[in-house]
Amino acid sequence: MFDSLTAETLARVQFAFTVSFHIIFPAFSIGLASFLAVLNARWLMTRDEVFLRLFNYWKKIFAVGFGMGVVSGIVMSYQFGTNWAVFSDKTGPVLGPLMAYEVLSAFFLEAGFLGIMLFGRQRVGDKLHMVATAMVAIGTLMSATWILSVNSWMQTPAGYGMNEAGQFIPEDWWQIVFNPSFPYRLVHMVLAAYLTTAFVVGGVGALHLLRDRTDGEARRMFSMAMWMAVIVTPIQIFAGDAHGLNTLEHQPVKVMAMEGHYDSHPDGAPLILFGIPNPEEKRIDYAIEIPKLSSLILKHHLDAPLNGLDTVPDEDEPPVTIVFFSFRVMIAIGFAMLGLGLWGLYLRARGRLYEAPLFHRAAILMAPTGFIAVLAGWITTEVGRQPFTVYGLLRTADSLSPVEAPAVATSLLMFIVVYFFVFGAGTYYILRMMNKPAHTRRLGLREAPVRAAGPIASTKAAGSRADDANA
Amino acid sequence: MPFDLAFIWAGIIAFAVLVYVILDGFDLGVGILFPFAKTERHRDVMMNSVAPVWDGNETWLILGGGGLFAVFPLAYAVVMPALYMPIILMLLGLIFRGVAFEYRWRTEKWKRVWDLSFFGGSVVAAFMQGVALGALVQGIEVVDRAYAGGWWDWLTLFSVLTGVAVVIGYALLGATWMVMKTEGELAAQMRRYAVPLGWGTLGFVGLVSLMTPFQDPVYFERWFNLPGSLYTFVVPMILVGASILLFRGLAEEGRDRQPFLAALSLFVISFIGIGISFYPHMVPPGLTIWDAAAPDESLAFALVGTVVLVPLILAYTAYAYWVFRGKVDPEEGYH
Repeated sequence: MFDSLTAETLARVQFAFTVSFHIIFPAFSIGLASFLAVLNARWLMTRDEVFLRLFNYWKKIFAVGFGMGVVSGIVMSYQFGTNWAVFSDKTGPVLGPLMAYEVLSAFFLEAGFLGIMLFGRQRVGDKLHMVATAMVAIGTLMSATWILSVNSWMQTPAGYGMNEAGQFIPEDWWQIVFNPSFPYRLVHMVLAAYLTTAFVVGGVGALHLLRDRTDGEARRMFSMAMWMAVIVTPIQIFAGDAHGLNTLEHQPVKVMAMEGHYDSHPDGAPLILFGIPNPEEKRIDYAIEIPKLSSLILKHHLDAPLNGLDTVPDEDEPPVTIVFFSFRVMIAIGFAMLGLGLWGLYLRARGRLYEAPLFHRAAILMAPTGFIAVLAGWITTEVGRQPFTVYGLLRTADSLSPVEAPAVATSLLMFIVVYFFVFGAGTYYILRMMNKPAHTRRLGLREAPVRAAGPIASTKAAGSRADDANA
Repeated sequence: MPFDLAFIWAGIIAFAVLVYVILDGFDLGVGILFPFAKTERHRDVMMNSVAPVWDGNETWLILGGGGLFAVFPLAYAVVMPALYMPIILMLLGLIFRGVAFEYRWRTEKWKRVWDLSFFGGSVVAAFMQGVALGALVQGIEVVDRAYAGGWWDWLTLFSVLTGVAVVIGYALLGATWMVMKTEGELAAQMRRYAVPLGWGTLGFVGLVSLMTPFQDPVYFERWFNLPGSLYTFVVPMILVGASILLFRGLAEEGRDRQPFLAALSLFVISFIGIGISFYPHMVPPGLTIWDAAAPDESLAFALVGTVVLVPLILAYTAYAYWVFRGKVDPEEGYH
């Protein structure tokens, strides 16, 4: 089946596949780690058992998600070398140290304190346990910071020189780390992770409210999630817009593809709401458009001229169809999230947040949309910067490892089979845990560890582990 | 021996790999021994003995990969394609064993599946690490800053031998870890297993050591001419000393920590032996540490953070081990 495919196509498919699977887990665990830190802090401040039960509930879901993130992440750290060796050799001097900093300042922090957060409350006491929980949350954010700096440098390279071996070499680390698109991308992604988690938490809360509207934990998590939805979504739309303007400044071709502007518009470009790109004819078929609105959004002036893809050589054009659709999917979800948030605010004002089955059903429907938006956003930005790995400087086709196509095809097949099997199972277990209410005594489904020990052990277990006992 | 940034970094990367090998070595070893547990309760205890620390242990592997990319990008770019299949299979093995830590508590029906995935993943990961080591020792063909061989070059009798050696060595680490961390029947069983595993490890280390000088004349020079032949004398002596401590510790009930510490020192000394063979090469036979190093600006920038962060990491890692010190309480766990 892979006979007609080149090693380049296969390596790109493999990277797209593994990175797409991977991003799902961090998008969830960045938000969830912060949520857990808040829940634990609230429990320590108020001693309200609802917070503790929520903490213990989401902690177990976090553990499964985080485990999947770790193992799919290790794959990423080696894939640069296995499939993109030339890229690695050329960019290593610039990007490598940033990744090393990610490992040193983030991965170790998360991993080192995760054990204490999951298993150690009784052993270290509340205060140190809170520190560990906060460290895990900070670790996930540090990780996002470094890896987004790396990605942003590939999109908007700065602060580098070249040496005689053809490698990018660092000249100004400040410019490299804080390259032009980094602050925008970082804010946009962290907010996306928070929203993704908020909608998952909201969906789970809504599910249990539908079953029992007096469920205290469900009410609490649903309320927290809906506050996040209504407050963070508008900030995210604003941040996304700023990120888009930054992209227009540094990667105008990507914006042309996002907008579907095949042609230049010297006196005001239309906003194409929907249509079907026709790459052969270089036009958008069945376009529904609002005249001059694109110029207004991007240039803040109705008649501002905007260049189209007709100004770009064909070999430098990204695949328009993918970028055009993925961008619209992301935007549509963003506005749907805003709608749900506002609906929630309205119901809350009327005192009916917990007694609105239709709204709860909508919240369940919206629960997975954060993941779809995150994927769609990344597809937009990553496909939109093609055909380059380092924008304008290093082509994707010139980044490849000298590995034969059958090797890449074999490993791709293995990744597909293993990922669907392993992460499919994990997702199923997470959904099954979510399907149980937060006050469930045993989420684990198994009576583990076995409690066949004598009365001393039982008393000890009952006494010292009261906190973690609703495992 | 020029003492410059590249040299310091070669030392740091070697240190990261060594820490990885001994830390993940024992938890992969626990996975390798998993099917030999006699009861469900024993399996629970085995897994719980490493559950709080395995993630931190595996992070050293990411540091090895990420660090190589950062400071020796050329070595990273050459080694990864050359060891393509062993690396991919190792990663897949790590996936299967990593998820088992959570999954096996989440299902009754499929628990056997995840037990098997914990065992199989551990064996495959360990074996492929050994194969990768063997293939690296044998040398990687480099032309114009790129790997120039085929995608099956890594598979040789020698690399299979090093693969088996690592599986047995990790099993020894796992068994002695269990002697230290558990009590009663399980600890006694592991104490019994550790004896043949110890002999097996020594046998394979000996076999691989005898074959290594013949993989490349450079290694032969290194070990059989002065000043290298001094090492040829010293390294095996230390190895014998560590082995005596290992078997004595295993023979006497009550010496629960000694076998593990002795097994660790077996690994450390073997690792130093490999280092002696390699130096000054990063990727034998062609690339030296200095050929592969990134420019000094990269090495210096990464070093600043490393000097601050690695001691911190070692400190809180040690703290995490201290929190979960002593014998595993079969009642504990959060599931």
